[in-house]
Amino acid sequence: MNPTIEFPTIEYATLAPLLLVFGAAILGVLVEAFAPRYLRKSFQVPLTLLSLIGAFALVIVQVVRGDLPTGPVAMGALAIDGPTLFIWGVILVLSAVCVLLINDEGHFVASAASVPGSADEEGAERAGHEHTEVYPLALFAVGGMLMFPAANDLLTMFVGLEVMSLPLYLLCGLARRRRLLSQEASMKYFLLGAFSSAFFLYGAAMVYGYAGTVSFAGISQAMAQGALLDPLLLLGFSLLGVGLLFKIGAAPFQAWKPDVYQGAPTPITALMASGTLVAAVGALLRVFWVGLGNLDWNWRPVLWVVAALTMMVGAVIAITQTDIKRMLAYSSIAHAGFLLVGVLATYDTGAGNAVSLQAILFYLLVYGVATVGAFAIVTLVRDPGGEANHLSRWAGLGKRAPILSGVFAFFLLAFAGIPLTSGFFGKYALFTAAIGSGQEAGDSLGAWMTGLVVVGVIASAIAAFFYVRVIVLMFFNEPAADGPAIAVPSTGTVTVITLSLLVTVGVGVFPEPVLQLANTAASSLFIR
Amino acid sequence: MTTNYLILSGLLFSIGAVGVLIRRNAIVVFMCIELMLNACNLAFVTFARQVGNLEGQIVAFFVMVVAAAEVVVGLAIIVTIFRTRRSASVDDANLLKY
Repeated sequence: MNPTIEFPTIEYATLAPLLLVFGAAILGVLVEAFAPRYLRKSFQVPLTLLSLIGAFALVIVQVVRGDLPTGPVAMGALAIDGPTLFIWGVILVLSAVCVLLINDEGHFVASAASVPGSADEEGAERAGHEHTEVYPLALFAVGGMLMFPAANDLLTMFVGLEVMSLPLYLLCGLARRRRLLSQEASMKYFLLGAFSSAFFLYGAAMVYGYAGTVSFAGISQAMAQGALLDPLLLLGFSLLGVGLLFKIGAAPFQAWKPDVYQGAPTPITALMASGTLVAAVGALLRVFWVGLGNLDWNWRPVLWVVAALTMMVGAVIAITQTDIKRMLAYSSIAHAGFLLVGVLATYDTGAGNAVSLQAILFYLLVYGVATVGAFAIVTLVRDPGGEANHLSRWAGLGKRAPILSGVFAFFLLAFAGIPLTSGFFGKYALFTAAIGSGQEAGDSLGAWMTGLVVVGVIASAIAAFFYVRVIVLMFFNEPAADGPAIAVPSTGTVTVITLSLLVTVGVGVFPEPVLQLANTAASSLFIR
Repeated sequence: MTTNYLILSGLLFSIGAVGVLIRRNAIVVFMCIELMLNACNLAFVTFARQVGNLEGQIVAFFVMVVAAAEVVVGLAIIVTIFRTRRSASVDDANLLKY
């Protein structure tokens, strides 16, 4: 008998947001290939923005219609469930906002191939060239971000990880000013990122060797039946953990984050700090909750230490920073630690998990929005040689640009988690979930989770110190005579800052609707 | 006997990882990362043989494609930095620290 090949079934309607983003990215490459140089930008910008907004609309349509698939789609490769759709929505909004920042003049190099300081570079700048390739690259990165947390097996997850990372490696190296820093950031990010994804892949191989399949459902099943102390499994989960924790920038794998955030063009930093973190946390949840859920007695202590270390390292080292982008990078590390508290805050499957999942989703949204807003403001404070990133240059900014500094101060307070900002409810929900999940367990776990929350609160207090220090610097210091210029913001940047501010204030005062939404998304939990 | 292949894969992976940590030239570091990816491929194919399904072999194909894409991106970055600094040493690129 001849073996027959079954046609794979692809749920195009469910996957439409993902396909739209990838389709637009490929179209963008074609525009680069065929459109004349002077027309490219007028094609790329609408194409990029419309595809992201369209994808967001498609996500909304799916949520409103409410016909979520009950099982994995695309032959088991992707899982489109409540949390995935919420994460998709967040990523799409954040990346659309970041594209508005990318669209601004003067962030990207005129000709990446020219040596910094050479006649070539000067000529390209004078001719007004620009790399419109950044738009399709950003779209591919966003497509990867959508795929990464939706992956339902380790192979799809690896592909998503790489599709997300490879364009970002390139985008990091394309800053117009301080190109040496930018190129260095790009190389460091690339080498370390590739190194960590090799670890992820070897971990995937080990888990495959243990379970005989790479799908999360299969891995979970194999674990329910087989031995949990198999060396293959332990090695596999450690290596997978290394790869994922690197991506969210958790200690001890945080070293790349400050360097890359500082060197990359600020709009790309905003995209990485918001979108990549959201995607990576989603993927982390899927691996540890869905794939390795049965192994929780093994990964829980490891993640406990990592979470505590990440929060403390991020908060403590941020104090010594003198560069605003580096400081925000360490703050992002600390926030990754807070999110890990949420990852740990589960015990039984079911209601307890939904509470912490809701807290994580909510936190991702509010942190991402405030981050993009803060980086948008960083792009506006400029010296003749580029952005004025050194903290001393920000002294007395409140006297010269009160509104801008006020808004920046508000974002910093949101990071610190002061009441009436969205950050407060984010931290509150996360820590409540952590303490609550411990109590349900009814054994030593509760004490451990409470301990972690105590570490988290201490780290928040330390973090509040350096956020407030910047505010004091801006408002209670005399401005320097040759202080930085405040660039006149473009319409795009104004939109970004206004939007982030409105969301941060709005969610800070009325968190209920967003919490509700996160709750609805979380209540369905991850499908297997 | 598949164990030998697994041992070889582990060895290759370790050589790659150690190479990344101790070598200075970005190109060599990058080659070591590629070696690690190939070690992963060997492990996947061996396990596919061991557990008797094709998933591991399919993964290996995907990894090859991803590795090729990574070469494109990586070499672009390393060549740019070499043209700027006249050196591909990872120790020379030290402007970003602390």
